[in-house]
Amino acid sequence: MNASSQPLVHIHNVTKTFKRGFEDLHVLAGLDLAVQEAEFLALMGPSGSGKSTLLNLIGGLDRPTSGIIRIGEDRVDQLSDRQQALWRARHIGFVFQFYNLLPALSAGHNVELPLLLTNLDKAGRRRHVAAALAAVGLPDCASQFPRTLSGGEQQRVGIARAIVTDPTVLLCDEPTGDLDRKAGDEILTLLQKLNKDFGKTIIMVTHDPHASARASRTVYLDKGRLSDQPSA
Amino acid sequence: MTRPSLLLSVALFNLRSLPERKAAAITAAIGIAGVVGVLVGVLAIAQGFQRAMTVAGAPDVAVVLRSGADSEMTSGLNRADTRIIGDAPGVARTANGPLTTAELFAIISLPKRSTGTDANVPLRGVEPGAFEVRGNIKIVRGRRFATGRNEVIVGAGAAHAFAGLDVGQHIKVGQNAWEVVGIFTAGGGIAESEIWADTAVLQPAYQRDDNFQSVSVKLESAAAFQEFSKFLTNHPRLSVKVMRQAEYYAEQSTSVTRFITTIGVFIASLMALGALFGALNTMYSAVAARTREIATLRALGFGSGPVIFSVLLESVLLSLAGGGLGAAAAYFLFDGYRASTINWQTFSQVTFAFNVSPALLGKALGFATLIGIGGGLFPAIRAARLPIAAGLRES
Repeated sequence: MNASSQPLVHIHNVTKTFKRGFEDLHVLAGLDLAVQEAEFLALMGPSGSGKSTLLNLIGGLDRPTSGIIRIGEDRVDQLSDRQQALWRARHIGFVFQFYNLLPALSAGHNVELPLLLTNLDKAGRRRHVAAALAAVGLPDCASQFPRTLSGGEQQRVGIARAIVTDPTVLLCDEPTGDLDRKAGDEILTLLQKLNKDFGKTIIMVTHDPHASARASRTVYLDKGRLSDQPSA
Repeated sequence: MTRPSLLLSVALFNLRSLPERKAAAITAAIGIAGVVGVLVGVLAIAQGFQRAMTVAGAPDVAVVLRSGADSEMTSGLNRADTRIIGDAPGVARTANGPLTTAELFAIISLPKRSTGTDANVPLRGVEPGAFEVRGNIKIVRGRRFATGRNEVIVGAGAAHAFAGLDVGQHIKVGQNAWEVVGIFTAGGGIAESEIWADTAVLQPAYQRDDNFQSVSVKLESAAAFQEFSKFLTNHPRLSVKVMRQAEYYAEQSTSVTRFITTIGVFIASLMALGALFGALNTMYSAVAARTREIATLRALGFGSGPVIFSVLLESVLLSLAGGGLGAAAAYFLFDGYRASTINWQTFSQVTFAFNVSPALLGKALGFATLIGIGGGLFPAIRAARLPIAAGLRES
């Protein structure tokens, strides 16, 4: 997807301003970030520092007020809504804090959802779903519904859904935030495995230093700016 | 372009979550069932009335009235006129002569069985040819009246709606009592609302001398109408209006049918407005309840098309389910139900059966579909426009 010398994720001079009544809220102020392919980056910072906003911008769920967001060869900030949707389907896998599984669908159908946007036939989709569930350690859970699974298992299904299309980048927003320590550790181990064994590029937003310790690099966001050290 | 299979997949996934919102969904469907049931019920009245007025309208039967008359009530013909009409070209004949019936039309007052209050009933004096001219008259109880006697036969609709019209009972017309000797059907047509007697006996009872109000004529064929009509309207001694029977009855039914239809559509429209808001509320609630699911789908790469389609489809299916329920209820409750109403052309009661036809059921389901589209469209657009990032954080 990108030349080896170029970072996979390239963010340059990005600002994001929200309107709150008559007031402008500057969440990101001229932010620069580069993430290499196969890197596992942890993004930390206090609440309201703009971590999720940055993740949404990288994932094409929102647009910057100004600046450049390039993933591989694609200028994400310049894509139309429709192009962004197609781009997300091809290149991004999302892992959410509260799993965001569709409760009316079985685990298998939840994992199958992103594959509906591909040209795979039903048999092909079924193979991919089985492989993804096996990769997260839930090979026999395809027919189970989310309400019958534990939080850790639901998050594994969420990760299977995120990786089933073999996306360019995995974006994880507090993936262990709703789990106990043991289940959280299992999820972090799984993410590490995906990074190390399968070369997945992962950007993970977290509050938890224990989680960030599993990443290959950690950056800190505060008052709209990034640094390599937490602010005092 | 979004693939149809993709639209369908997302829509089906959406429908699977319907049981989680069943209370709101059932409420909306029942509201729509009520609207459709009322619409079908009222339109079944109009359709039944129109059917009663037009079912007897054979294409090879003509009705002759005085020129300028818009109904038998305002028409008048004398014996000489009826002879010219009987001798006109195109009239079917038997060994007994031309197939015509010169008729007298009067109104009598009888108590309705349902309320006990008096209402106008048409009393028609007919000649023996009336049975062959109309062709669909069938005596279902008793016998035909005898010529020259104070006897009447009663249409099945009139016998059902009015008291004192059973075989063997007597009705008072003028100074005389007339015995009911038979009950007849006329294929569900307007004649079933009437009482028939021998014209020759009815004329003196109403002091009409040898005058009539209409002549009905059986033609050699439907095509003979032009020749028949041209002959009569150009005849120097006649001033008449000639119509096919079907055309005459259709004209007679127009104002009442239009009135009932207008009232029905007006009432149903008001109710539909309520149902539309009900559907809107249900679908807005559905979208609100599914905000995170919709945002998740969109984050995964699903465009606005499948989201809009899934919300619209749910709304339309709910409306169709409600509409089907309402239409079925209306069919079982109303189809064939007998009632009577006044025909403003003759100021007399017409009995008819509510008619819930397949076409009417089709219209009702079309109406329900429109409510579904109306109720789902704006929530669907709202769902498609939800900010994804904010939607993902909804609990």
